[in-house]
Amino acid sequence: MRAVFKTSYDRDIDLHEHGRSRAKIAVLLVVMAALPFLVGDYYLAEAANTLIWALAGMGLMVAVGHTGQVSLGHAAFLAVGAYADTALMNLGLPFLLSFPLAGLIAGLFGALLAVPAVRMSGIYLAIATLAMFVIVEELVILLEPITGGVGGLMAPSIGIFGISFDRYAALPNFYWLCLAVTALVTWGYANLMRSPTGRSFLAVRDSEISARALGINVTRTRSLAFGLSSGVTGLAGALMGHYIGFFNYELFSIFISINLLLVVTIGGLGFIQGAFLGAILITAMPQFIAILRDNVNATTGIDLSGIPGLDTLVFSLILIGFIIYEPAGLYGRWLKMRFWLEVFPLARRDMFRRQKTYLKTERMR
Amino acid sequence: MMELLQLVIGGLANGCIYGLVALGFVLIYKASEGVNFAQGDMMMLGAFIALGFGNAEQMGLAFVPAVLLAMMVMFGVGWGVERVVVRRLFGQPQYALVILTIALGFVFRFVAGSIWGYTPLVLETPFAGLNLRTGGIVISLADLVTIAVTLLLTLALWAFFAFTRIGLAAQASSQNQMAAYIVGVPVMRINSLIWGLSGAVATVAGVLYATRGAIDPNIGLLGIKAFAAAVIGGLGSLPGALLGGLLIGVVEPVAGRYAPGELAKMSPYIIMLIVLVTRPGGLFSQIQMKKV
Repeated sequence: MRAVFKTSYDRDIDLHEHGRSRAKIAVLLVVMAALPFLVGDYYLAEAANTLIWALAGMGLMVAVGHTGQVSLGHAAFLAVGAYADTALMNLGLPFLLSFPLAGLIAGLFGALLAVPAVRMSGIYLAIATLAMFVIVEELVILLEPITGGVGGLMAPSIGIFGISFDRYAALPNFYWLCLAVTALVTWGYANLMRSPTGRSFLAVRDSEISARALGINVTRTRSLAFGLSSGVTGLAGALMGHYIGFFNYELFSIFISINLLLVVTIGGLGFIQGAFLGAILITAMPQFIAILRDNVNATTGIDLSGIPGLDTLVFSLILIGFIIYEPAGLYGRWLKMRFWLEVFPLARRDMFRRQKTYLKTERMR
Repeated sequence: MMELLQLVIGGLANGCIYGLVALGFVLIYKASEGVNFAQGDMMMLGAFIALGFGNAEQMGLAFVPAVLLAMMVMFGVGWGVERVVVRRLFGQPQYALVILTIALGFVFRFVAGSIWGYTPLVLETPFAGLNLRTGGIVISLADLVTIAVTLLLTLALWAFFAFTRIGLAAQASSQNQMAAYIVGVPVMRINSLIWGLSGAVATVAGVLYATRGAIDPNIGLLGIKAFAAAVIGGLGSLPGALLGGLLIGVVEPVAGRYAPGELAKMSPYIIMLIVLVTRPGGLFSQIQMKKV
């Protein structure tokens, strides 16, 4: 087990526990930045897609993982971000301005919604976000002049200071753009979580009553978290619009909300790393299933391509498996494995036993 | 005026179906404070099983035995789902069940889709196409049956929770699990039973839905609307769920007649948001301030 010798109080809240973890992040960043020289266009586009999903996953993670507010309607914020960005660019604003504005609009929209929503707890909030999602979906159809209605909208090509960041014409540039945005947001997110604000998110998640007793303004904290969450998701939505190129309301279906929930749950609730692991899983899984299907077809002659909805079934089964056997997700599993290795002969069986709580309701009848 | 009345009657029958699905939500919520997002899909599965038993080209049973058999099968499905998966989440936070049941819904949809296909099918019923005419209003027999069955079922379920030992035990186990254990309520077994019961209620809702049109594996999405109904009534209140369903059922066609179509589709959720903001516990609120 590695001992960290702390010589100042600042080390306690340092972003990295020791130098090696700092080096690991640096290596990862370098590899990611060099990716356009290492792989072909197809995989590069997939990598960009994964980054966008990770960004959206981080958005949802702030709400679900760190503040304990389950949202079933985050696809709505993706939609708000995508439509706001495209509409602003169509008005003639440069991407450099329209992109943060899109995030801001989505964030404000989320915070506005959160003001009534945060008064509700747990399940009611999840339902309210679901309702909000349906309302946004219909609004997109109603507001045809801005959103293109059912027909959809073409995302304009991105240019910054004369350099093209078009998704098809200059894919490496577009990839670097996604990487830069994701890296910046991750950095900001990680720093937020060690600030008083971030700590108050965790306090609210773990016990609202205790948080209130400690002097945290619960309503304000939850609205802020929800606003930040929807803002980041809105940024991801803007990028997703550019990635897809041509989109209408169907891109942001209820299934996207559920896929996002899948990203954070399977990745590991409450870990930034979880959003990335989940995003990798969700973007790689369809390809993996396709390869598996071809293999099954080639070796046994059973043709599975005729069964519709197989992908969704596999996703659902994975989700059920994780919820039952490993609620801490992929990253939680990795932490446990690492800890087991670190303390090697000393790990005990019940070390990670989950705590159970008995239900007590507030209902009187 | 006649047109409005006609709309309202059709809406009432529709609302009864929302109400019935909402009853399924409320049953489970009442007993375990969990929310079953797969309720709509259970309704869909129930309708398809009834169709499998009843339709001439499938098993060809008579209508009533087919429905009763389907209810029994769905009781088994609900009971089994609780027994095999939901029970493992016992003592885990609420959102775990939300995510689990969403995934379960997709599994149900896949099962129904791979058995009965994705093309819409029609359930054969004895009262298809029969109408009553009174003074310019046409009421289909299916609507009347829907309304009558719903009222009866709501009454029966309300009596079950209010007067029977098991119903009281179910309420006790949701209000304070630990205390219920201590006084000897078999909490786990009660939960299984309630899940089974909610499967059976979902089947009734599904069959009634199928009397009014074709069914396909995606009708489970109706569950979201029923959900709005349950929330408007206040999760945990049986009459509230029914009233919420009726409200949505009536508002929807009326709004569709006098406002743009998208607004009509939004109306249930707008009503729900208004209720949530003004009365966070629903119209028949049962929540009091949390004590530390």
